[in-house]
Amino acid sequence: MSTAQGTVAALPAAAPRPARKVRRPRNAGPGPFLWLIIVAVMAFSLVPFYWLLNTSLKAGSALSSGELFPSAPTLANYVTVFQDGDFLLSIRNSVIIAVSATAIAMVFASFAAYALARLRMRRKAFLLALILSVTTFPAIAIAAPLFSIWTQIGLYDTLLGVIIPKLTFALPLAIYTLTSFFREIPRELEESAYMDGASPFQAFYRVILPLAVPGLATTAILVFISVWNEFLLPVTLTSSPEARPVPVAIAFFSGTSEFDQPLGTISAASIIITIPLVILVLVCQKRIVSGLTAGAVKG
Amino acid sequence: MAAGIDQAPGRHTGPGRRTSARPGRATPSGRTQAERRLARKMVAPALTVMALVAAFPIAYAVWLSMNQYSLRQSGLSRFVGLNNYISALTSGEWWTAMGQTFIFTAFSVSLEIVLGIGLALLLNMAFRGRGLLRTVVLVPYAVLTVVSAITWRTMFEPNLGLVTTVLNALGLPGGDVVWLGEPGYAMAVIVLADVWKTAPFVALLVLAGLQVIPTDVYEAAELDGAGKWKTFLNITLPLLKPAIVLAAIFRTLDALRVFDLPFVLTRGANGTESMSMLAYRELRENRLVGEGSALSILTFITVMVVSLIYIRFAGGNIRAVAEEKE
Repeated sequence: MSTAQGTVAALPAAAPRPARKVRRPRNAGPGPFLWLIIVAVMAFSLVPFYWLLNTSLKAGSALSSGELFPSAPTLANYVTVFQDGDFLLSIRNSVIIAVSATAIAMVFASFAAYALARLRMRRKAFLLALILSVTTFPAIAIAAPLFSIWTQIGLYDTLLGVIIPKLTFALPLAIYTLTSFFREIPRELEESAYMDGASPFQAFYRVILPLAVPGLATTAILVFISVWNEFLLPVTLTSSPEARPVPVAIAFFSGTSEFDQPLGTISAASIIITIPLVILVLVCQKRIVSGLTAGAVKG
Repeated sequence: MAAGIDQAPGRHTGPGRRTSARPGRATPSGRTQAERRLARKMVAPALTVMALVAAFPIAYAVWLSMNQYSLRQSGLSRFVGLNNYISALTSGEWWTAMGQTFIFTAFSVSLEIVLGIGLALLLNMAFRGRGLLRTVVLVPYAVLTVVSAITWRTMFEPNLGLVTTVLNALGLPGGDVVWLGEPGYAMAVIVLADVWKTAPFVALLVLAGLQVIPTDVYEAAELDGAGKWKTFLNITLPLLKPAIVLAAIFRTLDALRVFDLPFVLTRGANGTESMSMLAYRELRENRLVGEGSALSILTFITVMVVSLIYIRFAGGNIRAVAEEKE
């Protein structure tokens, strides 16, 4: 595979392809059988969403009927969600947690990743493997001891108490992804910086970092999504709405009254929280694809 | 994943790749020294953070797991050695949770790999609407795992669910099944929710692998008169192996830690309690920090053992990827 030097990050699937020797799609087009599969794949991806939306528009007795279209669609569930102070609080918490953890991880990771990608260094492969191995840790193995420590030192059920362990997984993810991106920047740029008398740090700071902005943005998006999504740490380390992020709030949604069947409200909350993320993914589609596959397949 | 990939600094790897990768050779060794010093300084902060948020908690968890320590009675803490492990390993609960986690992992990962390869082959073809298809399959990736669980819960609810509705409308059996209330079916729904969310990720990795396969190998196969299926089996699949193995590792290690989906869909009832959920239950609900820590460490060890098995059997592929990265 070493003939094709293209890295995955440079392989947008939808954008016009650069003139490179990659495998061109050979078929002129799919036959009717393949179209059937394509439609099935799309249905499998989208129908569950439709059903979530459908459920979110039902209230009362409609919630126990499987009508394909709600006969009396209502926005009552959405009103309930927006009137729920705890849910709004959880959005605030999620934003604070995800933004802080991403920012902290990006700062530490950009230094480390540059050294691992570019500088001469002993035991580099070992360090990278070590950092990567942390991403395989089960979160419960971190959550259990922290639950005990946090209750003793007062970090239990605080935002800071959630942000800190988020770094356990955010930092290696950021380092790993950024290392792949730094490797793609042509070396000649540093060489010419050195020629101009720059120190290695100046070469990094003045030349490479500005050029790496697209890679930094992609990495930040991936880290943000992963922190936003992660559930086990906050569910273990928080107990009140003041510190709970969105996934935990949704999982513990109890509706307006104890006797209320809250599935309609939960569905509405899920739709509300999904829309911005779907927009983010659609807008940044190319970045996300390149980031997810960065370093996975090198030519 | 460190096995066998440690190597001499500055070793050049990858044929024809980045021959300028050793600027130090042409420049005075002073810069090599400066670079090494800078590299240490740049890596040190991140490594310190990692030590604090990863190494220290794991070490502390090992200590906690050897104590009897309850949050119910403050001050009660005594060293009990391996007792927590012995009671965990002799209880049926641990083995049940482990078995269930492995069943979940086996089914979800194999389905994701097969569907992911199929989807990647589809996305690699030229047809109108390919961009749309790629966008559509990427959407589940944007969804919180918790939301994906709720989405599938609405699909499988007894009266409300689309599945029940469709089965009843078609007059098929199963319209009265409480899907999440029966052991086998509950697990199947959890597997389905996982496949829905993560098969696109596998497809993206495999697609990336497909796109770097040079055209000439296919031309050669065509000249040799190999059919489509034979070409796929003998050329595409072997060339895709590194990408597939990597996807399988990522997915397996993730699946072994499964927590969100059963938490939301069943709270671990009906034969769906995973290893992480069992540890969580001991820790949070029963407030048994020692026992919970022992179960967390056992989960950790299980995941590590599976990683090592992967490295053992697919080591060549991992090494290839890691060395290429160096």
